[in-house]
Amino acid sequence: MSELFDDAGPAAPPLAGTGPAPVLEVRGLCVDFGVDKEWVPAAIDLDYEVNAGEVLAIVGESGSGKSASSMALLGLLPSNSRVRGSVKLNGREILHLSPAKLRQLRGNDVAVIFQEPMTAMNPVYTIGFQIVETIRLHRAVSPGAARDHALRLLELVEMPDPEKAFRSYPHQLSGGQRQRAMIAQSLSCDPKLLIADEPTTALDVTVQAEILDLMRNLRTKLDSAIVLITHDMGVVADLADRIAVMRRGRIVENGTSLQIFNNPQHEYTRALLAAVPHLGTAKDGGSVGGGAGGGEVDINAALAAATGASLEAVDGAELLRREQENAEALAHAGPDRPAGAPVLELSGVAIEYPKQGRVPAFRAVEGASLAIHEGQVLGLVGESGSGKTTIGRAAVGLLPVAEGSLKVAGLEIAGAKRRQLQALRRQVGMVFQDPSSSLNPRLPIGESIGEPMYLAGMAKGAALQQRIETLLDQVELPRSYRNRYPHELSGGQKQRVGIARALSLRPKLMVADEPTSALDVSVQATVLQLFRNLQQELGFACLFVTHDLAVIDVLADHICVMRRGRIVEQGTRDQILRNPQEPYTRRLLAAVPLPDPEKQRERRELRSQLLAAESS
Amino acid sequence: MTTTTKTVKALKPGKAPKVSRPGKAGRAAARRQAGLSQGQLVRRRFLGNTAAVASLVLFVLILVLAYSAGGFLGLPGWWKYTHNEVTDVLNGGVPTLQLLPFSLGEHPFGQDRLGRDTFAQTMRGVQISVAVMAIIGLVGGFIGVVIGAAAGYFRGWVETLLMRLTDIVIIIPLIILAAVLGQVASRSVPAGVQPYFLGLFVGTVVWTGLARLVRAEFLSLREREFVDAARIAGASSARIIFKHILPNAVGVIIVSVTLSMSAAILLETSLSYIGMGVKAPDVSLGLLISQNQEAFSTRPWLFWWPGLFIVAICLCVNFIGDGLRDAFDPRQKKFNARRAKEAPVPPAAVGSGHPGSGRDLAGTDGSDD
Repeated sequence: MSELFDDAGPAAPPLAGTGPAPVLEVRGLCVDFGVDKEWVPAAIDLDYEVNAGEVLAIVGESGSGKSASSMALLGLLPSNSRVRGSVKLNGREILHLSPAKLRQLRGNDVAVIFQEPMTAMNPVYTIGFQIVETIRLHRAVSPGAARDHALRLLELVEMPDPEKAFRSYPHQLSGGQRQRAMIAQSLSCDPKLLIADEPTTALDVTVQAEILDLMRNLRTKLDSAIVLITHDMGVVADLADRIAVMRRGRIVENGTSLQIFNNPQHEYTRALLAAVPHLGTAKDGGSVGGGAGGGEVDINAALAAATGASLEAVDGAELLRREQENAEALAHAGPDRPAGAPVLELSGVAIEYPKQGRVPAFRAVEGASLAIHEGQVLGLVGESGSGKTTIGRAAVGLLPVAEGSLKVAGLEIAGAKRRQLQALRRQVGMVFQDPSSSLNPRLPIGESIGEPMYLAGMAKGAALQQRIETLLDQVELPRSYRNRYPHELSGGQKQRVGIARALSLRPKLMVADEPTSALDVSVQATVLQLFRNLQQELGFACLFVTHDLAVIDVLADHICVMRRGRIVEQGTRDQILRNPQEPYTRRLLAAVPLPDPEKQRERRELRSQLLAAESS
Repeated sequence: MTTTTKTVKALKPGKAPKVSRPGKAGRAAARRQAGLSQGQLVRRRFLGNTAAVASLVLFVLILVLAYSAGGFLGLPGWWKYTHNEVTDVLNGGVPTLQLLPFSLGEHPFGQDRLGRDTFAQTMRGVQISVAVMAIIGLVGGFIGVVIGAAAGYFRGWVETLLMRLTDIVIIIPLIILAAVLGQVASRSVPAGVQPYFLGLFVGTVVWTGLARLVRAEFLSLREREFVDAARIAGASSARIIFKHILPNAVGVIIVSVTLSMSAAILLETSLSYIGMGVKAPDVSLGLLISQNQEAFSTRPWLFWWPGLFIVAICLCVNFIGDGLRDAFDPRQKKFNARRAKEAPVPPAAVGSGHPGSGRDLAGTDGSDD
């Protein structure tokens, strides 16, 4: 601590400095990357500071420089980069330290929680070994003492069975437990500064809520400064004290969490907040089909009514009023709208991944029954591994149906021969999850779009060219893009191409497999808007698979909740959102973080009551 | 069920016409404004690699020298002697090549014991060796790609069968197999084309490494979503393999074939050296070395000149292969911090409205966060 006083004396006081000296003080930080003999700036002139016990969230889209600038603090950038400016940790300049001194710093004073715990932990060592390693690198303690400390850390991060986790390898733990283990490792030397780089992005929404709870608890216990890097406004609202919004390498706005959410000053911040899909707020009023309900749904009230809970944060009468409003809206929502012929019909469908060598066949979906009628959008929600993508792939004939009957536009697919599948393929289109993987990098996008039509013999020559142009117009891309290659397009543009390709045969059924999960939030908003407009215009039926309830809420008339290969609940949007019946659906709804700090506090409370009610 | 089948038949698409590929018309014109294609990027990166370009130039020079001096396809070359022409031994056969001032003299690389011109022999040897190398590379490359692609794409029993076959070929020592096959093949054809038949048959045993590489590449590429997309579009397996997957594996294939070519030239040399390869009266670089090994102490030039050309050709091909590998791998980026310029600083993020519209249409500002 003496070092802090020695150095902090001459250093200029922090600009916002009324309280204690900040743990981290960044002044004029510039990061450039060398590309093709040029320095391309990734972060320009950043200024911020973080105090002990405070969470600063750096928010921005991909490419805004939020990760690059934070990794620069630790000297973790590749060799073609350049860092300028000043970074002070407890008043000590750390930017251009020697590699040996930096090594002392890393893990000891500064620790990082990475996005993907599976790749950030070494798969050939046990969790315990890796935590003990970190401790013994920085502290002269005996192996036994380090082991005890590691076990205490695993307890601290609320690991269900610390002894067992200590002996486990990373692949033996679930995603959430792995992330807990990584947090434990990062805390092993009581770091003064913790950098969390998208700590929950790779996790399911219910697990994400648990990890966010954990981080909130830890923050009060540990008194470290935390820099949270994320693109998810919900996570920010849940955790952050202060927010810095980054765009194209610059911080465009800086303020407390409440300021940013309630009174954003910069145009970009406002646009960013507007682009976040709120669960329960279908945009422009009315859902896609126009028939079923629409308008805002107060999920908190719905959940409170369903569980009979009372909230500390909200006045009882106020809550009652909101619950009543919700019930009225549900009554007004009216019955399921009259539907046309079913386009996709599943009854008692089971889907298996066939056995490969010694690996036995795996039944991913069992007893699934659902129907999508003409012009309807059905949202299929569930966590990873719930079998939602499997249903989507079976519906377009990419996976065989093991049991039951699956009909697309009247065609039975279960047990269909290759020739029958060819006929099916003229009725369906599919939009894939990852736009960079779903387009052949060696084909110009015009050819990618035209391929289904060419193969189906639907159009050729000039007619085909014209059709490709029409499709490009429909997805709002310039016609000249036809001759570009996928790597020349941004993620959102590539996904538009994917949609154009899926539309090219004028399908009756469109299967969209998490089409926006790989996109930035603002791009996601425009792509979803485009998708909605196209659906309304062309009137295809759509199976929309996603893990994100908020996205599905923007689009779907019907929602279908899956868990562990089974459909647990299905109904209209209003039935599911306003009056969830199954405990799992309630838990799922409660786990979605809201991009609004006050509402999020309510939801957090509801969630803990829900969990308590279930466990008792 | 019967009605379903009928509908299916009615809807079955006719055989897709082979003519008119999408986007062919006017593509060239539009590409100029559209930025760089994958091929252009590879070419540009290759041309930025000094060692590879220098090797390519040197290799081409060697080929031009060999073919123009010795003549080919019955055309006479500019050099006055042929490789099996016996003349009087001048000055004990010492090379007459002079660098300062430059003059070739009568026998620039010297003469052997019988008075044959070493320059003519070496040039002929280069011709044969390079031709054999190219044949081995192409034949081996073709077999390797087909077997690897089929195994990687179809998996299941096809893969088991093909990969066990590969294993069997691998465990037989290459040089024995090549020698036996080469002998059997070349005995039944006229002397003039014997070396090419040797290449053809050696090619049928050197494909194993490439087959494994291509299989691995196909195994990962077939899981990519664009393959699913093509399948949904109704593409046949052959179309998926050749139109969609193979162009994406072409980097691996080119690199591996190039590198196996330089191994092939050494293999030909070893075979000729142990007497199982090219036979007199034809010459190859390996045969020249083998014939003249006794003269190593008395007339070392008979040994050095063919050796020099073997080393030069192998190095060139290896450097070209390395250059191609780097060019096809976009992660390999050379960057020199000292020579870098300042990029124009983008306008401050202040202003310019909607985040989505701005970024989404901005082009290639990729997601490299």
